[in-house]
Amino acid sequence: MVVEHTYHVKGGDFTHAGSASSKVKKLLKQLDIDPKKIKNIVIALYEAEVNIVAHAWEGEIWIAISPEKITMVLTDKGPGIPDIEQAMVEGFSTASKEVREMGFGAGMGLSNIRRNTDELKITSEVGTGTKVEMVNYF
Amino acid sequence: MFKERKYHALRVDPEKCFGCIHCMKVCPTETIRVKDGLAVVNDLRCVDCGNCMRACPVDAFYIIQDDISRIQEFKYRVALFPSVNIGQFPEKISDDQIYGAIMKLGFTHVYEVEQPIQWLIETIYEHKQQNPDKQPLISSFCPAIVRLIQIKYPSLVDNIMNVKAPHDLAASFILEKLKQEGARPEEIGLFYIAPCSAKIAAVKDPVGEQESIISGVINMNELYNRVMTVIAGHPREEFEGYRDYLSREGILWPLTRGEARLFKRRSMAVDGIHNVVRILEKLETEELPDIDFLELRSCDQGCAGGILLSGNRFLTVERLERRARRYPRAAESPVRPELREKVKTSLISGEIAPSRVFQLDPDRAKALEKLAKVERIICQLPAIDCAACGAPNCHALAEDMVTGHAKMTDCIHLQHRYLKEGKMTIVRAFDNLEKIWGNGRFEADCKKRGARNEGF
Repeated sequence: MVVEHTYHVKGGDFTHAGSASSKVKKLLKQLDIDPKKIKNIVIALYEAEVNIVAHAWEGEIWIAISPEKITMVLTDKGPGIPDIEQAMVEGFSTASKEVREMGFGAGMGLSNIRRNTDELKITSEVGTGTKVEMVNYF
Repeated sequence: MFKERKYHALRVDPEKCFGCIHCMKVCPTETIRVKDGLAVVNDLRCVDCGNCMRACPVDAFYIIQDDISRIQEFKYRVALFPSVNIGQFPEKISDDQIYGAIMKLGFTHVYEVEQPIQWLIETIYEHKQQNPDKQPLISSFCPAIVRLIQIKYPSLVDNIMNVKAPHDLAASFILEKLKQEGARPEEIGLFYIAPCSAKIAAVKDPVGEQESIISGVINMNELYNRVMTVIAGHPREEFEGYRDYLSREGILWPLTRGEARLFKRRSMAVDGIHNVVRILEKLETEELPDIDFLELRSCDQGCAGGILLSGNRFLTVERLERRARRYPRAAESPVRPELREKVKTSLISGEIAPSRVFQLDPDRAKALEKLAKVERIICQLPAIDCAACGAPNCHALAEDMVTGHAKMTDCIHLQHRYLKEGKMTIVRAFDNLEKIWGNGRFEADCKKRGARNEGF
């Protein structure tokens, strides 16, 4: 049994940033999963969701929950990441001044995602978009 | 790791409840359903916040308590009185008059619970220092919030401080004091005059300890009425000696920011359970800044808004703030060094366990199947959230269906579709509604309770 969901994310819509991750959180809480693991999943998903809002034009979050794991794939249409290695470094940020002033874009996003996921794969094409694939085991 | 509780203080009076949606709609944990024309509270999910009681148009909710006559079983009869209760009385009634009236009701001692608050303050500081990983440290003061975190935010239980509340402080202090003065423990009756349902539940079924040392709980609403009947003139006695350890911080403790003000660097106080829910959601996803201390209270204006208090909460805050100015700071109030360590040790509570009451099934694969089923059912439901099915909203009804507590035909809108499609008879549809709202509910009745929105 796999439960799947797709959420649409609008770039620049900071007011609603995090709504997908809070919906996923509600789903996970109805299953017998260690609360700390839920926390890791939701933190990673929230960061990735905010990344789309802050950097991309639009994106889609697809999640699939099975009894053993959750798979989360975030695909966006956006500027892409020229150097993924560099982007993973704590504190590195390309966020605009406006985004930073809203309390986002401190450069902790990707490293925070890595800390909270079991498997992480990022692929990106400059000028087209980024795909973030995350897997967490229960 | 998980511990489910069954005890709760709020009850429904079947004579008064006529079945409506007010309580169901305001419950922060969606714990109420209407069956057979009566509100039914799911014990496992209830956090005793009292919002249902506040919303009820016909006063159908009541709170279990001990009978005041029980105090006569003891030689020393102590009224443990939260200072917020003082703020309930009209301003022309002095503190001593209130104390005098409580003594007239048969108590031998009146003791405001927020003393000696300095020991509680020290205990909280020490706990924070010993547990730097608890960032933010969440106050354990409001029992409704502790229960809420246990059931809805299990990942945050470790942030709750393992420190007890002022009523435990006072109970422990007065017990030791009386013992020192020669009383035998079995002669001492400690009765807590509770400002709310959650505090009653916390004494009757404490989180993180086996049993409370408090002998009984009395509802402040009831005590208020009794005090008002016996109160008279200026008392001959002076009760100043009973308040030797009362301080400014102690009086302000139950009000919003009462605890948060202790943390000078960065703290936050949130009152109102629905506001608390929003903050806890954010804390769970680490969307909050680096805060040292989080004070979370179920009632608006903290305990001044307690469900068992009859006074206006803002007038209560005003009276308490003015009263606080007349008292010394906690650090300046007298100390009893010989009791200090013993009382302080008793203030540490045990582990607070998370609960799993929101899980659809203990087996993860089965729960996942149920989750998928909820999704399919939701496609069928109208998303009007009218609650005419006896559940607070469409989603809750879908969850009830997959756990075997409801069926598709409970939805009145789906009933109409089934009627139109010829899948159901009008008689069946009507019977279904009577099962939820009670027999004869849809007969004309000019004296129907609640019909005129009484109480609003």
